[in-house]
Amino acid sequence: MMRIKVTCKEVTALVIAREDRLLPWQDRLALRLHMVICAACPRFARQVLTMRNVMKPWRNYESRPTEGQDHKQAHKTSI
Amino acid sequence: MNPVTSTRSETSANEAATPFEQQLVEHQNYLLRFARLQLRNDAWAEDAVSETVLAALAKPQAFGSRSQLKTWLVGILKHKIIDALRHHSREACILDTSDEGDADPLDYIGFKADGHFAQTPADWGNPVERISSRQFFEVLDACTNKLPATQGRLFLMREWLELSSEEICKEMSLTPTNLYVQLHRARLRLRECLELNWFADTEAKTKVNAT
Repeated sequence: MMRIKVTCKEVTALVIAREDRLLPWQDRLALRLHMVICAACPRFARQVLTMRNVMKPWRNYESRPTEGQDHKQAHKTSI
Repeated sequence: MNPVTSTRSETSANEAATPFEQQLVEHQNYLLRFARLQLRNDAWAEDAVSETVLAALAKPQAFGSRSQLKTWLVGILKHKIIDALRHHSREACILDTSDEGDADPLDYIGFKADGHFAQTPADWGNPVERISSRQFFEVLDACTNKLPATQGRLFLMREWLELSSEEICKEMSLTPTNLYVQLHRARLRLRECLELNWFADTEAKTKVNAT
């Protein structure tokens, strides 16, 4: 049965899920339809897109051992 | 000054490092960070990096130019890491998915009873300029380290080892459902951690600067 109407909560789960698997076309369609009528979910989707875009620079980033160590300590305590 | 010549004159007994060996050493910190974050165990990480360096030394002719050395080393390291994960998952249940983080992080995001967002998610702005900073990557490191171990390992298998979900399931004998639940939680937790420790912070700073 095709789901045309999905809630923001369901959309949030789908937006996360599509990072790791191909969604069924019904879900992709429901997602697209929802994005048109919703203001909040596109925001969430952009956050997830941002995370996707930073993965490569993050993976390749080289910490400078001396300075980096201090920062790492500082963040460990603050987080 | 060329450090090779200076060490060579000082240490007559020990053989001085070849330029290739020196280049390997230069990449060690990067490799170690990569392995530590992924494996969540310093001893395993050091083993994986040692094996990578040894493998590189065994066939220095296998790499082309200096610029490709890092890529080549990371390629070897990825295999060593997968070996380690495979090996240790048999003996220590390191990918045990039963005991950690029962709650769905989706519930931490405020949703109203009808399934709508209680509060519109924050605008993270145009991150491309801001995210290239060292501090951001260190927050990401810290947030990833804060994930439950299994979630962190599986998440980095996707993002750092660049394995497909199918490959991870095959390598680690996980069911797709199990993997997707773990990745769902990892990604939501990471998003929340970044929001709290980076984006909320910089947003506040921007507001202060604007006034």
